[in-house]
Amino acid sequence: MPILSEFEYFKPSSVREAVRLLSKHKKPAVLAGGTDLINNLKEEIDQPDAVIDIKGIKELSGITYKNGVLTIGAAVTFSELLDSRVIQSRFPVIAEVAKTVGSVGIRNRATMAGNICSAVACADSGPLLAAYEALILVRGSKGKRKVLAAKWFKGNKRTDIKKAELVTAIEIPLPARRHAGCYVKLGRYSGEDLAQASVLILALPGKQYRVALGAVSPVPVRASKIERLLNGQHLSDELIAKCQALIPGLISPITDIRATKEYRSHMCQVMFARGIRAAASRFSGNGPEYGVNLI
Amino acid sequence: MKKKLSFVLNDRKITLEIAAQEVLLEVLRDKLGVKSPKCGCDRGDCGTCTVLMNGKTVRSCIVLAVEADGQRLTTLEGLMKDGQMTPLQQSFLEHNSFQCGFCAPGVILAATELLERNPKPSGDEIKEAISGNLCRCTGYLPIVEAIANVNNALTPPGRERLGKKVRS
Ligand code: FES
Ligand code: FES
Repeated sequence: MPILSEFEYFKPSSVREAVRLLSKHKKPAVLAGGTDLINNLKEEIDQPDAVIDIKGIKELSGITYKNGVLTIGAAVTFSELLDSRVIQSRFPVIAEVAKTVGSVGIRNRATMAGNICSAVACADSGPLLAAYEALILVRGSKGKRKVLAAKWFKGNKRTDIKKAELVTAIEIPLPARRHAGCYVKLGRYSGEDLAQASVLILALPGKQYRVALGAVSPVPVRASKIERLLNGQHLSDELIAKCQALIPGLISPITDIRATKEYRSHMCQVMFARGIRAAASRFSGNGPEYGVNLI
Repeated sequence: MKKKLSFVLNDRKITLEIAAQEVLLEVLRDKLGVKSPKCGCDRGDCGTCTVLMNGKTVRSCIVLAVEADGQRLTTLEGLMKDGQMTPLQQSFLEHNSFQCGFCAPGVILAATELLERNPKPSGDEIKEAISGNLCRCTGYLPIVEAIANVNNALTPPGRERLGKKVRS
């Protein structure tokens, strides 16, 4: 299917230039991996007057780790996340999430920044960034700002981004000296992009946990209620059952062609139980390898 | 507005003028006559339009042709050298891996990328690597077997084509 509407294409080499182009045009679109954008152009969901390709901007292409903060540039692909040493060693759950995004041919192009700018409810990066309390770095003509992941997602496909602003990076702080995590994703088959429900757990020292749920609400859900119940406690079957019982009250899943809301809600509870056990046992050093499918 | 771009396609330098909204798959097939990338789903789901960009698989149905400017593209046509198949292609042939063959160009390129990175992949790694390439005929078994049993003793012209040194 050809793209019918015409636009100008730009490939700036600096953030400043990109921001200038964004403010100069009426309806600009930012192109990183294009895995969402090109489809939206074909379907005329987006009809921009300018497409601004950020892959020529060097400063957006790196993964760095400094002073306990991981910075992921906006042009970094999911394949690059998977291959990153520092992610494998310090944030293996980020690689676990990245591995579930589409398949190799998608991951070679798609970016985490693009994922959270498209901000579909089933975005894999949503629960991850919510649980890590990540910051989204944004640049506009008036300067920079940082937005907490919890404030970033405003609704299905809606974010805090303002006109003529560009996401430049995502900052993920190391939550503790030592931590483990687990991402459980329900899809139809591996290689398909879209989660029907997803659960992300972080296990921190002192039996502290963070829990975030994806694809079961317009925005990622940080399950603080569950965290309060879990924190400091021994992870017994009864405690897990109590947490599971809270899940339906925290989420608002929808029924669509991929799954019913009842199924999503039920699976969310099953996945929570498996995820929390896996995260806890990974924390104590004997859990399942990262990247294995738990459902 | 037309844009001039140039890229290397199967070791040949290409220069052409296109509109910004043209999609790479259509430019390859309709303007350059390169027919191995196929249009299956046209939305990034099926992998039949796969090409290698700088040695990495991308789905050409969701790439703008202008994005190829300055890049190195390889399609199935570029894997063979002097009419000689790569060891991987020979393995596909020996295992009778395909029926209609519509998925084959994409599967072969996905497996080529895998073997570049990981010459001895496990069964799970093979399945993972081709999970984005849908085949409606074979049930995947002969495809996975062919990738698992590539005869690496054969000279791999495919690797040379990707710009890497041949490991002896
Ligand atoms: S035609 Fe491109 S992925 Fe299906
Ligand atoms: S052989 Fe027919 S689709 Fe794979």
